[in-house]
Amino acid sequence: MTVKSTTRARKKAAPAVPDTLPTGSGAPLDEGGRPDLVQLLTPEGERVEHPDYPLSTTPEELRDLYRDLVLVRRFDAEATSLQRQGELGLWASLLGQEAAQVGSGRAMRPGDYAFPTYREHGVAWCRDVDPLNLLGMFRGVNHGGWDPNEKNFHLYTIVIGSQTLHATGYAMGITKDGTDDAVIAYFGDGASSQGDVSEAFTFASVYNAPVVFFCQNNQWAISEPTTNQTKIPLYRRASGFGFPGVRVDGNDVLACLAVTRWALDHARSGNGPVLIEAFTYRMGAHTTSDDPTRYRLAEETEAWRAKDPISRLKAHLEREGLADEEFFASVEAKSEELGLRVREGVRSMPDPDPTLIFDHVYAEPHTLVDEERAEYIAYAASFEGGENL
Amino acid sequence: MAGQLSIAKALNEALRKSLEEDPKTLLMGEDIGKLGGVFRITDGLQKDFGDNRVIDTPLAESGIVGTAIGLALRGYRPVVEIQFDGFVYPAFDQIVSQLAKMHARALGHVKLPVTIRIPYAGGIGAVEHHSESHEAYFAHTAGLRVVTPSNAHDAHWMLRQAIASDDPVIFLEPKRRYWDKAEVGDTADLPLHDARIARHGTDATLIAYGPMVKVCLDAAAAAEEDGRRLEVVDLRSLSPVDFATLEASVRRTGRAIVVHEAPVFLGMGAELAARLTERCFYHLEAPVLRVGGYHAPYPPSRVEEAFLPDLDRVLDAVDRSFAF
Ligand SMILES: Cc1ncc(C[n+]2csc(CCOP(=O)(O)OP(=O)(O)O)c2C)c(N)n1
Repeated sequence: MTVKSTTRARKKAAPAVPDTLPTGSGAPLDEGGRPDLVQLLTPEGERVEHPDYPLSTTPEELRDLYRDLVLVRRFDAEATSLQRQGELGLWASLLGQEAAQVGSGRAMRPGDYAFPTYREHGVAWCRDVDPLNLLGMFRGVNHGGWDPNEKNFHLYTIVIGSQTLHATGYAMGITKDGTDDAVIAYFGDGASSQGDVSEAFTFASVYNAPVVFFCQNNQWAISEPTTNQTKIPLYRRASGFGFPGVRVDGNDVLACLAVTRWALDHARSGNGPVLIEAFTYRMGAHTTSDDPTRYRLAEETEAWRAKDPISRLKAHLEREGLADEEFFASVEAKSEELGLRVREGVRSMPDPDPTLIFDHVYAEPHTLVDEERAEYIAYAASFEGGENL
Repeated sequence: MAGQLSIAKALNEALRKSLEEDPKTLLMGEDIGKLGGVFRITDGLQKDFGDNRVIDTPLAESGIVGTAIGLALRGYRPVVEIQFDGFVYPAFDQIVSQLAKMHARALGHVKLPVTIRIPYAGGIGAVEHHSESHEAYFAHTAGLRVVTPSNAHDAHWMLRQAIASDDPVIFLEPKRRYWDKAEVGDTADLPLHDARIARHGTDATLIAYGPMVKVCLDAAAAAEEDGRRLEVVDLRSLSPVDFATLEASVRRTGRAIVVHEAPVFLGMGAELAARLTERCFYHLEAPVLRVGGYHAPYPPSRVEEAFLPDLDRVLDAVDRSFAF
């Protein structure tokens, strides 16, 4: 990887969002009645071009993306059923958001760094984080469970919006180090209301930090629609902070890949942050403890089903003759294999020893923690063998 | 009101009554409208009172509390819901720097009748940030009142009293008890800040509040079988504290054990132990003991049982008290 000089931070910013956006079916319209999002693959699986976000892909790359989408969906479905079977305390499903996550995740280079929320299982997949690592937190055996620096994929963050500031600070560090890595911060449409997110935009803009803000607008923040968070399309917020914002069809893996790749390159070349709004939909409940029938209509969910990210890529592969039955069967077999590995992995995940409570509270020894650990061990030992009730 | 109600339902009824009684009362929070809140405490209220009075807010805690302050300045009586304990921190600055101090700064000319409801504490097997006990932060801040009920009757009447108070009140709801049922009487039998003797006894006083009251009542019942009669005081109010009731009890029993879920270090128990020692020194047969959480982040749910005080840990402390 080439290391660029820190002077890049002073380069002139590239032009912001293009004025004219392409026509694509299923696109929401902007105030002028023009289509308002970048699309490279229609819901019917037809490839369309976009002047600002060109993307050339080999058949193999397309098949790889398809495999990613299917496996990520399978992992998610497996986790959902493991929750139903009592193996996980909670699960936040990504169903419907696979393209946004795989597209953006595959746009990253190895040196780039991702800061997720709690739903980025597909991004974790692209970063090669073992899917079982993601489940420990939802099973209740740990609060994270992986070394973030191993795959440049930070821990999940539950407090809404916090990670956008961490991402920005990390990106400021990259600028100081003078490397050409970039950072991507994930958050939801609801999160855009948090002060932290606005503050992250301010810092990123002022310090020209190489960070891409990737907002998955899945239309809902638990029961609250996006209209309860904002009066303008979210991507346009960026302009008020002085950086470009782009809205992309979040169910189109190719568009997500192309736009994120462009944005990361824009950021890494010293032009500062970019906001991407991936316009998508959460097909399932917010989490396994949520009941969406209380606040949204089945028709809405059905309408989005027609834009399914996997079926549109499949349609494309079939239409162009880029994959045969054998390929689809092999993906199916891999998916079965993954399902089994996840199921067995979770079931055999042991409960931690309670003394874990005292581990890693501090990096250096702390007398109070040491004392309480000793007290706990003595107390627990007092039960052993004795009549403990 | 007569009849057995869960704490959740008792709170819902209290909000309904408060909305009915005073047109200036407003509810604000995330998901409190159609969803009725993630714990359904506001269930049906938006339907009956409209979205002008039961307001689904943007996902922004500092914004929720900050605008509630403004609404209060304009004569409204906002009742704010923070979805879970761990999500109040983004609003912490508005609560401790602004809400708590404005009345004093304005020499009493402005009132801040804001109630902040927070489902708090653990025991429900939740993920990170959904099980915290942060009462000490709030009780430490002058200008805030902090209360927490332990049963449906108190939940109902204390919430109505909190909403009626002209001061800001942090109203902590013991979420793992939401579904516990009890008779809710027709009147508040105590002022908001009085402690209540939940069980009479002669040999030692267990002092608890919120979710730990039930644990202490269970421990007292178990101790009775061993011939020890434990008194259980339900503190109800953490700021101010009803020391008169506590002192009277401890003078009678000679022993006190404070039980809470929050970490022991610098927690409510530290303050109670210090004051009781100052005020009841010659009546004490043993130091005031504390049972609570460890100096560690609230642990993953599979080991939370080890973190949370249970009947055994309370009885163990009782034994230690008697060993002095
Ligand atoms: C500070 C904070 N407040 C409230 C919550 C509770 N909560 C968890 S997820 C969520 C909705 C998030 O919506 P959005 O940002 O759109 O992301 P999505 O879940 O839709 O991906 C809420 C309110 C939280 N985790 N953190």
